[in-house]
Amino acid sequence: MASVVESKKSCTVNPLKMSQPLGASFAFLGLDACMPVMHGSQGCTSFGLVLLVRHFKEAIPLQTTAMNEVTSILGGYDNIEAALLNIRKRAAPKVIAICSTGLTETKGDDVDGYIVTVRKRKPELDDTEIVYVSTPDYVGAFEDGYKHAITAIVKALVKPLPVKADQITLLPGSHLSPGDIDELREIIESFGLSSIVLPDISGSLDGHIAPDWRGTTLGGTTLEQIRAAGGSAFTLGVGEQTREGAEALREIAGTPLEIFERLTGLEVNDRFLQRLAQISGKPVPAKYRRQRSQLLDAMLDGHFYTGGVKVAIGAEPDLLLAVGGLLHEMGAELRCCISTTKSPAHALLPAEQVVLGDLEDLERGAADAGCDLLITHSHGRQAAERLNKPLLRIGFPVFDRIGNAHRRMVGYRGTMDFIFEIANLMIDQIVHHHPGDWPLTPEAAAAAAPSAGAGCCGTPLTPTTLAEASA
Amino acid sequence: MSVSLKAKIAEVFEEPGCDKNQGKTEKERKKGCTKQLNPGAAAGGCAFDGAKIALQPVVDVAHLVHGPIACEGNSWDNRHSASSGSQLYRTGFTTDINELDVIYGGEKRLFKSIREIIDKYDPPAVFVYQTCVTALVGDDIEAVCQRATEKFGKPIIPVNAPGFAGPKNLGNKLGAEALLDYVIGTVEPEFTTPYDINIIGEYNLVGELWQVKPLLDALGIRILSCISGDGRYNEVASAHRAKVNMMVCSKSMINIATKMEQRWGIPYFEGSFYGIGDMSDTLRQIATLLVKQGAPADLLERTERLIAVEEARAWERIAHYKTRLTGKRALLITGGVKSWSVVAALQEAGIEIAGTSVKKSTKEDKEKIKEIMGDDAHMIDDMTPREMYNMLRDARADIMLSGGRSQFVALKARMPWLDINQERHHPYGGYEGMVELVREIDRAIYNPVWQQVRIPAPWGDDGETLGAVPTAAIPEVPAQGMGFLADIAAKAMGLEPEEIPV
Repeated sequence: MASVVESKKSCTVNPLKMSQPLGASFAFLGLDACMPVMHGSQGCTSFGLVLLVRHFKEAIPLQTTAMNEVTSILGGYDNIEAALLNIRKRAAPKVIAICSTGLTETKGDDVDGYIVTVRKRKPELDDTEIVYVSTPDYVGAFEDGYKHAITAIVKALVKPLPVKADQITLLPGSHLSPGDIDELREIIESFGLSSIVLPDISGSLDGHIAPDWRGTTLGGTTLEQIRAAGGSAFTLGVGEQTREGAEALREIAGTPLEIFERLTGLEVNDRFLQRLAQISGKPVPAKYRRQRSQLLDAMLDGHFYTGGVKVAIGAEPDLLLAVGGLLHEMGAELRCCISTTKSPAHALLPAEQVVLGDLEDLERGAADAGCDLLITHSHGRQAAERLNKPLLRIGFPVFDRIGNAHRRMVGYRGTMDFIFEIANLMIDQIVHHHPGDWPLTPEAAAAAAPSAGAGCCGTPLTPTTLAEASA
Repeated sequence: MSVSLKAKIAEVFEEPGCDKNQGKTEKERKKGCTKQLNPGAAAGGCAFDGAKIALQPVVDVAHLVHGPIACEGNSWDNRHSASSGSQLYRTGFTTDINELDVIYGGEKRLFKSIREIIDKYDPPAVFVYQTCVTALVGDDIEAVCQRATEKFGKPIIPVNAPGFAGPKNLGNKLGAEALLDYVIGTVEPEFTTPYDINIIGEYNLVGELWQVKPLLDALGIRILSCISGDGRYNEVASAHRAKVNMMVCSKSMINIATKMEQRWGIPYFEGSFYGIGDMSDTLRQIATLLVKQGAPADLLERTERLIAVEEARAWERIAHYKTRLTGKRALLITGGVKSWSVVAALQEAGIEIAGTSVKKSTKEDKEKIKEIMGDDAHMIDDMTPREMYNMLRDARADIMLSGGRSQFVALKARMPWLDINQERHHPYGGYEGMVELVREIDRAIYNPVWQQVRIPAPWGDDGETLGAVPTAAIPEVPAQGMGFLADIAAKAMGLEPEEIPV
């Protein structure tokens, strides 16, 4: 429904967008025993690392090919080779995943070619899978990088296998938390299906305490699972960003697919459960019937606080659709929608317009439309302070709140949690009135005041006169 | 890399204030600090990062990053350098270049961006940061800035430190060079006093400068400019009229101090605001140098009286914690002066030092540690995260004090940890800060959560692995190979590693 408008500004002020290589690295963090590498100068990795650490409060394995001015000009073959060998020696990951950056794309490094050469020259890397994805910083955004990374993993590692009727592949979008992924896995397994989640950050970024000190990612989709995805009976994707990967799976293994545009909301989850019932041939478990009824009640309780609320949202396309769609269903008005990159998801958004812009656009749009609530990542807090409006933190990065790994927004239960979160935030905004809140107009006060010299009525009542009056 | 940038880097490597550099032979010095990073085993920021860190605390200017979205989009608003006024420095400005800019060059977009910023925000100046991609395609930011300066009648300052030029500390110095070339000395202060000083290399993280400023105020000493914590463009531009420069212990911007001495004859000294003894020494040095530069001699006397009062008050407040902290053991993983300057305060509170790292300490620092702790048994030359983890797990220390790089080592071992390096949550400057440090240690150690998290699960396995990684599958990692992990943790909570591996 929404039309997409690109910002005409030359200068981006207060960026909403995060870069492609960071999105791709995030996807690779969902693979088990993996070491993601950014092919660029040190800062490219270090900036991304800071955000990931601040969001998840975890040590994050992420490496760099440490390009300098000479290697940037001469080409990064030597750095890629050295990085692969060093990482193999130090951490022995099963997968090393390389993302290019603005620097190496501008130079035009042929990383695909480099990997072929490395394979020939260095047999010691034979036991290590290498995945490469091209992600220039100056094209697209976080979600695009994540999207291309899934496709790259599928193309590099999946081969067709005999179909297992009770096995499905779940492709979660980058806006899902480890808690969301756990929730979806639980739902799928309750139908007697087994699931391969690709990529699965619920194993690596869920904040568990390992018994010892280690190098690579600790959990996530294993290499065996990725390969086994070639035998799944169905691919389910959450978010438009997973379509490319699902189609790659169909191309390679012939797997049928369905992409759910979001799993936050009542109707979409109904469709999701129905599809699972169809695939498994089993009825929807009682547990989810009960959860559905609880969600209905939550929507009834919550709508008092969300109805008519004017909101401004800044988010990546799929997250914007998930949150915006639910809010619309709860009676809120999407007055200002800012996103980062083009996506078919924008067409489904129940808003007039989506601007591909920055947080300055969000701040001004929210001010112009008189929005009651701002929804975006933690960088929106300055705008919220200036506008004196509440801020609901969603997406990445959320660095001034803890527990991001376990925050749920999908399924009936996640939708319910999210409705409570919004409603409670709005309840905090309800104005408490004081005795002086409704002063009379001067005219009314004058009219009510006793006029001077109007006999008995002009004399103030005192105890004496009261006594006299009652006598 | 442009010729001018190359010349600039060579100049920075010639820095006379850098002991390490001066200790080299002529030939070694010529090579500069250009040791190559190790691909796949490197961590830390880049030169752009360093330049931004050095200059961003100038709070009233617009900091515009000329490059693709990664450079600013992934990094803005990540440091807590506090401002007493303008919040403009917290606004992220970037040209966010696209494919066409890469092909045709981004100079026009840059110029238009500067115009938009001036129209909308009207800052006293704009700092324009070069990045890898725009440097590689050959955008001449110096020329654009010069043209914009003429056109808009405002200083538009180029900061030429693209990421691939080198590591972060080089970027700090290149940022400082931009100030020397374009800013310092361009504005005259409204008035001067015999008590004017500059503080260089202090970033006012979580407002630490404000723990020290009241002491200077009480003595009538004016901070003409702080470079760059809570700085204002016009203050920095008039810094050349100060009587004394104080270089804060990290030498990130030593070139400002040495060049200001050459150009305007301003003497400088290196001091620290950390540790009670250091704080007193710093006050004494400032007073002594100011008197030498012509300030009234009674300043010395007043300074001593202030020191006496403040020290007595600080020691008394620290002693308050003695009963609770006596016998507790702290593992101190930091560098340089901090490896001993906070030790006195800890010992005064009854804390034993289980060990202190001396990796980056000078010979004098090590002498000082021996003096304070009696022998060198507590000195740790280099410790891997695995060794730290084991030491804490075996409870040979009750708390670890370190930079953010090691925090997960302690937390995953279920032991208290306190950040003493970049001071993200609590300011530890001056006399106030040392008392605060002891209070924080007390708060960390006595948090009942440590009892809770160490309760074993009744069924034996307390869910440590959650079945995620079978233990047998984990390859044994060689001890020195853990270095990169340390730096992964380094960036925790937006903190910087204590040094850049070169």
